[in-house]
Amino acid sequence: MDDAIRIEKLSFTYPDGHQALAEVSLVIGRGESVGIVGPNGAGKSTLLLHLNGILRSDDGAVKVLGRPIDDKNLRWVRSKVGLVFQDPDDQLFSPTVFDDVAFGPINMGYTASEVKEAVARALEWVGMKGCEERSCHHLSFGEKKRVSLATVLAMDPEILVLDEPTSNLDPAGKWSLLSLLKKLPVTKIVATHDLEMMRALCQRIIVLDQGRVVADGAAETVLADTDLLIAHGLLPAELA
Amino acid sequence: MKHSFLDQYSDRNSLIHRLDPRTKLVTTFLFITAVALTPLDGWTSYALYSVILAIWLVLSRVPVSHVLRRSLVILPFVVLIAIFIPFFREGDIAGSYNVWLWQVSVTHSGLAVLRNILIRAWLSILSLILLTSTTRLSDLLKGLEQLHMPRVMVMVLSFMYRYIFVLVDEVMRMKQARDSRNFGGRRWWQIRTVGNMIGTLFIRAYERGERVYAAMVARGFDGRSRTLKRLEFKPVDAYFGLSLTLLVIWGNIINLI
Repeated sequence: MDDAIRIEKLSFTYPDGHQALAEVSLVIGRGESVGIVGPNGAGKSTLLLHLNGILRSDDGAVKVLGRPIDDKNLRWVRSKVGLVFQDPDDQLFSPTVFDDVAFGPINMGYTASEVKEAVARALEWVGMKGCEERSCHHLSFGEKKRVSLATVLAMDPEILVLDEPTSNLDPAGKWSLLSLLKKLPVTKIVATHDLEMMRALCQRIIVLDQGRVVADGAAETVLADTDLLIAHGLLPAELA
Repeated sequence: MKHSFLDQYSDRNSLIHRLDPRTKLVTTFLFITAVALTPLDGWTSYALYSVILAIWLVLSRVPVSHVLRRSLVILPFVVLIAIFIPFFREGDIAGSYNVWLWQVSVTHSGLAVLRNILIRAWLSILSLILLTSTTRLSDLLKGLEQLHMPRVMVMVLSFMYRYIFVLVDEVMRMKQARDSRNFGGRRWWQIRTVGNMIGTLFIRAYERGERVYAAMVARGFDGRSRTLKRLEFKPVDAYFGLSLTLLVIWGNIINLI
């Protein structure tokens, strides 16, 4: 039982009839760093929303740490799978940094002292110690990204799921976030179109296009396959 | 983009800033109630209330100009509502005017009511401005919550505080995008463009709401909201609260003695 995530034939259609995922199957082992790449609208975000049960298939197609997601273990799933959204203004909804980082631990039923400890630890990790009482909307974009990560780390997840963690960050901010992520000893699943980041962070890459897995393999192999990358909009066609 | 603080000066440090937000909320509420219950033309009371506000202001070390400027922003709204009272109140007529087809008259008692409403409104607004410039909004929300204001209302206020500038930014970006494509032309066209922008803003805010909710659910939110109680009463809260309460009550009944 060393699977972090096991997905079997997951399909998902939005209420407007648009099919976002078509029979996606994949297994992600514990401790792996996996990149999910694909052009805009490939279904990356939809897939991520399935990983902690925000979107759900009825047939238990998604298993987290060996257990299918159902109504009863939803809270457990969400404490194990930490999902960081792309826009930190969506992720950070509380008036102060402390309130936001404490939101998860409080919902998980930690005691007051455990909550404070978890918040302090998470903020220390992302290098934002001492910012507890600042207002979320007065943080810089890079700081917001870091605090977003802390809000999830405070729940001590075993699987970290990140949607476009480096989008809109300046190069310095991007690389400092990357080195932070590399240090975290958890399973990481990252959706992005940033191939540079993939190279630095992930051992394995899954290419998604039009809701289907079109490639899955070691990072060097996939990133070296220029034809594949061009065919799925990840490199400009002129390179062919 | 950078914005000024809604609760400007609230991050300073003074005796008043350090008080528990609940003390300040309750005393402010009491102050406003007392002001509203003062009999007509209770000048001694009004004077005493002003003294109380002045003490409060000096202790909090918030610039006087800031408080006065803010109070002037809100006064027009009060005037707009209260301006018709002298015309509808019955009593001795102070003056009559012909306005097109109608003859309108102003009464002395009506003017007295108007005068009192303006004074009361101004005193209340000043106390509220003092409250918000000595207490951070996040602390005020915590105070309200621990005073058992319904959680839903506290959450609505907290989301408003968090997202108002995000929305303002969105409007600014839309305006810039519009202006850089040479906004102009006929008036009707301009109004339509503004209408479309309002519609777009509404849809974007709605979609953001959905994403925020997803982010909350992802961290274990299940409709029940839980919070940590992090406020603490200190002896100074008791002294301040009690003395202010006594002062306000004294100010209110001083006319009756």
